[in-house]
Amino acid sequence: MRRFILIAVPYLWLLALFLVPFLIVLKISLSDIALSIPPYTPQLDLSTGWDGIKSFLSQLDFENFTFLTQDPLYWKAYVSSLQIAAISTVLTLLVGYPIAYGMAQAPDEWRPTLLLLVILPFWTSFLIRVYSWIGILSNEGFLNQFLLWTGIISTPLTILNTNTAVYIGIVYTYLPFMILPIYSALEKMDGSLLEAAEDLGCSRLSAFWLITVPLSKAGIIAGCFLVFIPALGEFVIPSLLGGSDTLMIGKVLWEEFFSNRDWPVASAVAVILLLILVVPIVLFQRNEQKQREMDQ
Amino acid sequence: MRRFSWFNATSLTLGFAFLYLPMIILIIYSFNESRLVTVWAGFSTKWYGTLLQNESFLDAAWVTVQVAVASSTIATILGTMGAYVLVRGGRFMGRTVFSGMIYAPLVMPEVITGLSLLLLFIGIGLDRGIFTIVLAHTTFSMCFVSVVVSSRLVSFDKSLEEAALDLGCTPFDAFRLVTLPIIAPAVISGWLLAFTLSLDDLVIASFTAGPSATTLPIRIFSAVRLGVSPEINALSTIMIAIVTIGVITASIITKRNSLAQQRDEQAAARTA
Repeated sequence: MRRFILIAVPYLWLLALFLVPFLIVLKISLSDIALSIPPYTPQLDLSTGWDGIKSFLSQLDFENFTFLTQDPLYWKAYVSSLQIAAISTVLTLLVGYPIAYGMAQAPDEWRPTLLLLVILPFWTSFLIRVYSWIGILSNEGFLNQFLLWTGIISTPLTILNTNTAVYIGIVYTYLPFMILPIYSALEKMDGSLLEAAEDLGCSRLSAFWLITVPLSKAGIIAGCFLVFIPALGEFVIPSLLGGSDTLMIGKVLWEEFFSNRDWPVASAVAVILLLILVVPIVLFQRNEQKQREMDQ
Repeated sequence: MRRFSWFNATSLTLGFAFLYLPMIILIIYSFNESRLVTVWAGFSTKWYGTLLQNESFLDAAWVTVQVAVASSTIATILGTMGAYVLVRGGRFMGRTVFSGMIYAPLVMPEVITGLSLLLLFIGIGLDRGIFTIVLAHTTFSMCFVSVVVSSRLVSFDKSLEEAALDLGCTPFDAFRLVTLPIIAPAVISGWLLAFTLSLDDLVIASFTAGPSATTLPIRIFSAVRLGVSPEINALSTIMIAIVTIGVITASIITKRNSLAQQRDEQAAARTA
């Protein structure tokens, strides 16, 4: 009996507040927009019994999804989300790898402090970390002031409200997610392998490419997914740092819901976003699984 | 063979400068006399004063704290139960669905979680306010708690529990007296994680909050959309200070505990 309660409580909670809401989204994505409260039709009316369910099912259709494929806005938003997420992931890797490598090479007594320094921003408000870049990137911001002062540029660069600002924002906020898995892979590495390579005549650089990088592959893959997956559905960064022409699917969904009040289309956008996410998520799970098996 | 080269030193310096400079600039300019946020006009703490008189920020902060305390506490209880079911629950009907529901919210985009919960609350006619934000935050943060706690449960010796049961403990007592003290650090860090996630959340709260309840991130977001302001800088500085003190204290305590544990283990090894 106790065991039953132990299982049932979290189970029912998640069923009611995770799975059922998602089924509602799925259902509304198949409905039509209507001028009523709530603003969609058909409504499921259980009081009419089986006939009600049948007529309800017959009114559902894939119209919203067809609409999404016909309107170029949505198509562009999906493509540009994928593009922005992919570019930012590569940039995060390029910035994060040298940091993780430096941490793994650092003396033992520094490591707890270095780790703390990487984790600390993660606990700090996401919103504030994104906000801090507005003052830096704006036309009269610190970056432009600095570059004008050094004489590198003569007119301020427009960075805020462009895709570049979005890349910077994503790299900045998701950097700890990239550093930590790469660091933990590099930390486990057996240093004597590098010694052997150098004894056998490998240069330091080629030893790095032939030994260090392949041995940290699992960390690189994990880090890339941990950045790519949340970046794809990102809302805060494109809406604060991006411009009006920065199309990202999280922002489109938000506007479709709050500004256009088109619930069925917003739901359809959500369903497709999830379908796109399934592939990287499954690949990520596989990578983790493989890693666990290798560790055992 | 570890060699800390110039390249390593440079990349660490540049990397940490990149991570910390934006926040340091924010903190410095929260003490700026001028309303113009990029021009330094002398030291002043006046923005902290205006902030403390701003009722709407104070109200929002109070709502946020209430939501975070309530949701992280419920999430810790439910999440620990969930972890226990996952690791020790054995086989039961729908186990795959259960573990799917634990892991899926971790990767679910916030816009989808927020949208789906809002549609549920409207569908069942629940008035939106603090209560609905607590429900929403509990749901996604309990999954994070489950993951943290279950990783601790997996690594700990099951025979300790079995010994307690053999010696006549009820399963509940075995959990309370043996399991809980061992997994306590994970439960506490789960609570802290849930608390921070709740404090930090903008997207899900925006969907599930009604007009009656505005959380601090919602308030900050609407202010920030209009550009940089010194009040927000001051508020950010306070929040960064709280987090920094919290994280450093927590890490000192964990370090002390693990040193104490090491000492105990060595002492036990000597007497044995």
